[in-house]
Amino acid sequence: MADQDTRMGGNRWAPGRTEWPTLPRPGLVRAEWVKMWSLRSSAWTLGATVAAAVGLALLLAASSRDHTSVDGRFDPLFYSFYGLTLAQLALVVFTIMVVAGEYSTGTIRPSLAALPRRGHFYAAKIAATVPILVATSLVAALGGFAAAQAALGSRGVSITTPGSGRAIVGATLYLVLISMFAFGVAMMLRSTVRALAILLPMLFLGSQGLGNMPGLRPVTQFLPDQAGLLIMHIVGSPDDPAFARAYGPWAGMAILTAWTCIAVVGGWLVLRRTDV
Amino acid sequence: MIEVRNLHKRYRATVAVDALTFDVHPGHVTGFLGPNGSGKSTTMRVALALSAPTRGEVLISGQAYRNLRHPLREVGALLDAGDAHPGRTARDHLRWLAATHGIPRRRVDELLESVGLAAAADRRIAGFSLGMRQRLGIAAALLGDPRTVLLDEPVNGLDPDGVRWVRMLMRGLAAEGRTVLVSSHLMTEMELTADRLIVIGRGRLITDTTLTELTAEHGSLEAAYVHMTAGMVDYQAGSGGFW
Repeated sequence: MADQDTRMGGNRWAPGRTEWPTLPRPGLVRAEWVKMWSLRSSAWTLGATVAAAVGLALLLAASSRDHTSVDGRFDPLFYSFYGLTLAQLALVVFTIMVVAGEYSTGTIRPSLAALPRRGHFYAAKIAATVPILVATSLVAALGGFAAAQAALGSRGVSITTPGSGRAIVGATLYLVLISMFAFGVAMMLRSTVRALAILLPMLFLGSQGLGNMPGLRPVTQFLPDQAGLLIMHIVGSPDDPAFARAYGPWAGMAILTAWTCIAVVGGWLVLRRTDV
Repeated sequence: MIEVRNLHKRYRATVAVDALTFDVHPGHVTGFLGPNGSGKSTTMRVALALSAPTRGEVLISGQAYRNLRHPLREVGALLDAGDAHPGRTARDHLRWLAATHGIPRRRVDELLESVGLAAAADRRIAGFSLGMRQRLGIAAALLGDPRTVLLDEPVNGLDPDGVRWVRMLMRGLAAEGRTVLVSSHLMTEMELTADRLIVIGRGRLITDTTLTELTAEHGSLEAAYVHMTAGMVDYQAGSGGFW
């Protein structure tokens, strides 16, 4: 079996060694890419993300052009990113379809038959998903900013105004991290329905609804979205009691990053050991 | 060559596969028979490293599946015709699989043509009949031109023409020196297709023999099968007077 030995090369797997995700071959990332773009739902959810971000920013800013807030301060950045609370739901749905859709449709079996080294599969999926999340989030954040500032007219700020750049970067980072949090959770739950049933209420009702109840604040402020959202709001109104937290905006981003890391590692641990 | 070595698979309280050992040789079509729940599909899933064995192993061309560098070039499998995203087109389903192994695009077109899906290639799988899904699953199994082929109930849902096509295909693959393992509940079809037979019941090996031997003893494969699996069928229609 000379030809087989050359084919195997020096890559014999050493028994007993844990096989961790490694940098995937380009072909594997391309395969994940083909999977994503061959589903209509991908274009729909990504499009909805940008549409919600830009549309809501435009609406809110246009209707608030002449308002002043109760305490007399006016935060022009607030309107830029308010739409992201809705836009994030579409992006999270996209991620859930990419990950949990594998299980709900049985595609996971041919996927893992083609890539029996599950670490390679996981790494390839992450490597294919993250650039799309970054690009979409950046477009949504920039679009929301541009739309809101244009609608605010003379009260609007430009991208060079101190704080603007940081808020745009923060908003982008927030969307990517919350989506990757959903990625890990979906991998752990292994079902589109379960992932949607847990993540959407958490992001839409749970965290924001409960987050507005003063008694629960000490706990809910540490939920992933509540921690991460801070970076978009506090700019321009650092003392606003409505956004009071026990930590600052970058610490909030760090808390969200920690949630995301835990979810992604958890997803890997589940994938590594489950029968499909 | 497939080597199943002392394979055990337990799911919580149930034993799906129990000390199973057999070889599947190249150059033959080997039928894999047994009642529902006897462990055929579990054995195939363990062979493809989709499930982890409780004990024992399955080797393909002398290697554990997860150590194969290019598994689709070594092994092609059809486990369940439903294992494809309904929102994707047949062509896209094969395209992503091909991309994992650097298989050229013309191979995808070639296979769509040869399984009879060329006209439906750009339609979404959601609208496919079971027979069309089986054809797509067979195309996916053959994509890497593998030397070992595992097919779980490939003729389910196929029309008589399709059944005949799968039979000729499997015989052709075996004649080329490939290893072909196929499970089926259709005994008359197996009698026309398989040269060798492995029969299991309740996760254990009942017999590993040739078709000639079995039919010589019992007259037909069906008679042999019913005789061997008597008392092992977990889900059986009543034999009393309902009809």
